[in-house]
Amino acid sequence: MYSKKAMKPLAALALAGLVSACGGSGSDDPIPSVPPVSQAEFEVSVVNLTNNQPLSPVALVAHSGDFRVFTIGSPASQGLEVLAEGGSNEDFVEAARTDASVITIVSGAGPIGPGGSEVLSFSVPESDAASLSVSLATMLVNTNDAFTGTNSLDISSLAVGASQTMRGIAYDAGTEADSEAAGTIPGPAVGGEGFNAERDDNADQVTMHPGVISNQDGLANSVLTSQERFDNPVVQISVTRTL
Amino acid sequence: MASNKRQSLTAALTASMKHGAGLLAAGALMTAAVPAAAVDFDVRIVNLTNGIFYTPFLLAAHPEGSSLFTVGAPASPELQAMAEGGDISGLVGVLSTLDATVVENPAGGLLAPAQSATANLNTDGTDNVLLSVVAMLLPTNDAFAGLNSISIPTEPGTYVYNLPAYDAGTEANDEIVNGGGAPGVPGIPAAPGGSGTGASGVTGPDANTNVHIHRNAIGDTDPTGGASDLDATVHRWLNPVARVVVTVN
Repeated sequence: MYSKKAMKPLAALALAGLVSACGGSGSDDPIPSVPPVSQAEFEVSVVNLTNNQPLSPVALVAHSGDFRVFTIGSPASQGLEVLAEGGSNEDFVEAARTDASVITIVSGAGPIGPGGSEVLSFSVPESDAASLSVSLATMLVNTNDAFTGTNSLDISSLAVGASQTMRGIAYDAGTEADSEAAGTIPGPAVGGEGFNAERDDNADQVTMHPGVISNQDGLANSVLTSQERFDNPVVQISVTRTL
Repeated sequence: MASNKRQSLTAALTASMKHGAGLLAAGALMTAAVPAAAVDFDVRIVNLTNGIFYTPFLLAAHPEGSSLFTVGAPASPELQAMAEGGDISGLVGVLSTLDATVVENPAGGLLAPAQSATANLNTDGTDNVLLSVVAMLLPTNDAFAGLNSISIPTEPGTYVYNLPAYDAGTEANDEIVNGGGAPGVPGIPAAPGGSGTGASGVTGPDANTNVHIHRNAIGDTDPTGGASDLDATVHRWLNPVARVVVTVN
């Protein structure tokens, strides 16, 4: 209905409102002369499908174009390394903010426990909905550097009231050896170190995760048990367009 | 999937109400939202595993808004009975109250590794637009393969679905083969291809007591002791564990 051109003056006005002492031209004019920006609204449900791998606070990015969380065979970004080793999405979100294709970012309220779920909401200008994708990243915290999520899930054709569901597999960030050793895993099963800038995995590249071995399967110094093992998929992501 | 559809239908109805549409309009919307049922279709089930047997499968075409299980939610007592002991009678009872179209035990017993079974379903004159398929993995404590409320395709053709192994979340995965198959009774009811004995038990109750993706059996290599009665070289799997092929005639 409303073009991007109609949106921009409103954004400018909102900005002017924030920077209160600007005193731009026409400051006496009433705002209602600008038509409201029509918004497309979405809900994203994230379900933890694992037995004992809490998921770190989700980073959800709504974007157009080619934003990527990771590429198989390429080194993880610094933000992804921090997320996948320690569970903090702060650096990942900070980097996403500077990406021109990113429209909005939502951070989960907290970890999602096994069997638990969270619904995240966001809205974008209606004019952006026709080219909209979402990407998501979250750590399996009882591991060295496993994460899951999705790269550019295309939701551009989602009608109001419709849903789209996918399931995500576990990836290995390739930034920390999967030693499962005491002190190397941040999750509640261990309580060890999170992020460490050293990259000492087999190779500095993102791959599918080979799974947790555990101390019940021959890795004697693993602090993980059979409870922390997992098979794919590990997360269910459902996007519903609500308006 | 079913819950998403429910949510979206609810959202559509809510939106309709907000805009002042009456109940009649909402009813019309609901009718319009239900796709025409594929009246006649075949379902072929394939055991994709290397060393796992399936208890009798349950195939059900059922109405919009119903499901046999939901990931992230506790198993119903009927689902628990299927997952812990292979007993599908409880689920069949629930489905009969929904006027579902049901086929029980198309393999005529256990379905061995790499074997398949086929059944025909006819939903003529029903509201049964969703398809679910479940069966227990043997030997496990409470693992089951599940196809959860997919929309039955309406165009003639062949459609393939790969099924993961779920954990009902209702029983400790102790991996002790002791004949325990009734709901709430610990242990594995049977190991059709054989198993070890004398296990001390792998672990206690699941950390996740809701329905979730199974973390796989662990087994061991000690046939007369160790933690598990399962053989680590025989009884493990990776998803997918079963395939459902729907052919719309």
